[in-house]
Amino acid sequence: MLQLVDALLSSTLDAAPALVFAALGAVLSERAGVVNVGVEGMMRAGAFVAAVAALVMPTPLGVVLGMLAGAALAALHAWLCIRFRADQVVSGMAINLVMLALGTFLLEARFSPNGTPSIEQLTRWGSGVPVLGGHTALTWLALAAPFALHAVIQRTRFGLRLRAAGEKPQAVAAMGVSVSRLRFVAVTCGGLLAGLGGASLSVATLDRFEHNMPAGLGFMAVAAMVFGRWTPLGAAAAAAFFAFGNALRIGLTSSAPQVLEVIPQGVLLALPYLLTLLLLAGQKRGAGKAPAALGTPYDPELR
Amino acid sequence: MNVLYGLYHPDGGELAFDGQAQKVRSPQDAIARGVGMVHQHFTLVPNLTVAENVVLGAEPTRGGLFDLEAAVRVVDETCKKLGFSLDARARVDRLSVGSQQKVEIVKALRRGAKTLILDEPTAVLTPQETDDLFRITRELSEQGSTVVLITHKLKDVLAFATRIAVMRRGRKVAEVRPADTTGAQLAELMVGGAMHDPAAPPSPLGATEPFLTLEGVSAEGLHDLSLEVRAGEILGVAGVDGNGQRELAEVVTGLRPLSRGRLKLGATHWSQLTPAQARACGVAHIPEDRLHRAMVADMTVEENVALGRQHQAPFARGLFIDFAGRRARTAQLLEAHDVRPRDPVARMGSLSGGNQQKLVVARELDTAPRLLVVVQPTRGLDIAAVNAVRQKLLERARAGCAVLLVSLDLEEVLALADRVVVMFEGRLNGTFTRGACDERELGRRMLGAAA
Repeated sequence: MLQLVDALLSSTLDAAPALVFAALGAVLSERAGVVNVGVEGMMRAGAFVAAVAALVMPTPLGVVLGMLAGAALAALHAWLCIRFRADQVVSGMAINLVMLALGTFLLEARFSPNGTPSIEQLTRWGSGVPVLGGHTALTWLALAAPFALHAVIQRTRFGLRLRAAGEKPQAVAAMGVSVSRLRFVAVTCGGLLAGLGGASLSVATLDRFEHNMPAGLGFMAVAAMVFGRWTPLGAAAAAAFFAFGNALRIGLTSSAPQVLEVIPQGVLLALPYLLTLLLLAGQKRGAGKAPAALGTPYDPELR
Repeated sequence: MNVLYGLYHPDGGELAFDGQAQKVRSPQDAIARGVGMVHQHFTLVPNLTVAENVVLGAEPTRGGLFDLEAAVRVVDETCKKLGFSLDARARVDRLSVGSQQKVEIVKALRRGAKTLILDEPTAVLTPQETDDLFRITRELSEQGSTVVLITHKLKDVLAFATRIAVMRRGRKVAEVRPADTTGAQLAELMVGGAMHDPAAPPSPLGATEPFLTLEGVSAEGLHDLSLEVRAGEILGVAGVDGNGQRELAEVVTGLRPLSRGRLKLGATHWSQLTPAQARACGVAHIPEDRLHRAMVADMTVEENVALGRQHQAPFARGLFIDFAGRRARTAQLLEAHDVRPRDPVARMGSLSGGNQQKLVVARELDTAPRLLVVVQPTRGLDIAAVNAVRQKLLERARAGCAVLLVSLDLEEVLALADRVVVMFEGRLNGTFTRGACDERELGRRMLGAAA
């Protein structure tokens, strides 16, 4: 029993970084007032670039390149939304669709349809220590990052302006701060985090880029952000919970294969997504308030 | 004003501060030149604290982190200097409108404002809060600051200003001192011609039946409310913003469900009312936010006139739109209510605010209402449009229509209403009849004082 719990938690910690980083990235972007449903695409870019780069260079460097790929896409999103006032949801979905196609195309053109050759995973530390041991640095970073982002948003000058820009950008502009620049920085940094989340899939959770990565995790990250009421700590907790649902699925099928005779494989595969759906449907309406100016381009003429 | 603050750019001419010509390209420039601005609609972030709002844009930091304590000290010091109290740690959305305005003033002063621009500062204040504001601004001007007050309330400028500049259509048409002028003269300068004041003649009250009766009505934001509006009477509803006036209007027009009690329209009792039923009973509604509830900006004027009656003559014939009938009726209304331009196919959104409102009033009166529910009918209109709208309301009341008038502008309520009820926290807090109204006492009741 204890062994099972240990395995479950350990597997949760293994799967969590991808969701946690992506959810934090989404929080950062949306607190500034820019809707970010492009997380899925940014994660895919991060996963692909990190895996491909790690074929020819040390894996940590690959991770950094993966982050930059996510940030580049986010910068594109920010540019469309802020400079051209594009519809933020449409821009995000466009990024998802383009990355889905581009990832598949590049994968099939250069490697095999199923995935890249395997790479050297990030080093796992402290094996032998129960639960916390045997993970990559990304897991530990994912445990610390929510608190760091919380501090940034609540306790720094940048965070104060960020919150204000998401609630009432006119107030920020009237005090002589550029709303556009603030939002651009926030969205791009959000992309950095989404890229990191994607990279952690291909270099830590697995050891290569698979054709369907991140398989909806980006959308779950957005759901985690909503469920966490747009706060870093809440979003990370929700992301960890979703990761636990995933671990439960893997744990069930591997440790108790007889359940497969009762419950079809497909239902188990859908488990984390069903959990997400149930939680969101059960959330009290109005309980988690989105930033007031979310989704609206800043218009200096409006009061 | 927006040019001064760097939000708009001048097409020509120059601005001079302390005798020196300077360019103001952005709010930063304006702040650097010592200009502070308090907008009519506050630019405060509702979910931040007072202190956080005040320092936004120039935050004190310690060791790289935002220093909340220093921000709180800044607020406390400024408040002490001006002699008012604000809780620096309170969230802004929990404050009254008057306090929020003080936060705006502290914010401007914190950035070193020597010229403080107040845009319609008294529009939403009670008389007490207005006194308080003018005491503060007088204090400021004695300490050597310049205060620019922009308002359409003549009483305010006469009581408060050292000099008055009258603007009309973007030009300065006169400059006077309050001692040398009267309200009537100022009004004339503002509209560019003699004014006839639509002072309410005494209404033929007394024998008329109540058309609307509320019996112990509760709803979201309303508690056990009983009142009646008689045919031919204007009942004014006064109160500080957010004390249930809006909810009252919504209940009567069927837009908000009742949770308890019932209301009577004419001879019929209702414990639940839909907007369609209300309209069928003869209730017309001139809502507060015309862009939101009274018109569709992207449709034409004639389409807007037909809204709500699009299935009846003269707007429809059977299943089809009666284009000719609609055009004719619209032209008639435009003429009768002096809406400009006289163009039935102009886009509604292209009309000025005053003409939009005149058209909304025209449409609602055209339904031959027996009860007219009017919320903030003259907000943001120029003085000529204000008079036109008020005149129509008075005419209609004298013709036997019951009028429920909700306004945050106490002057408007006093100018039009035969009786005034004061609302506080969703309850009635006093009833006054015309002539027996004491503005001070009204103000006290608006702030919740007991009888």
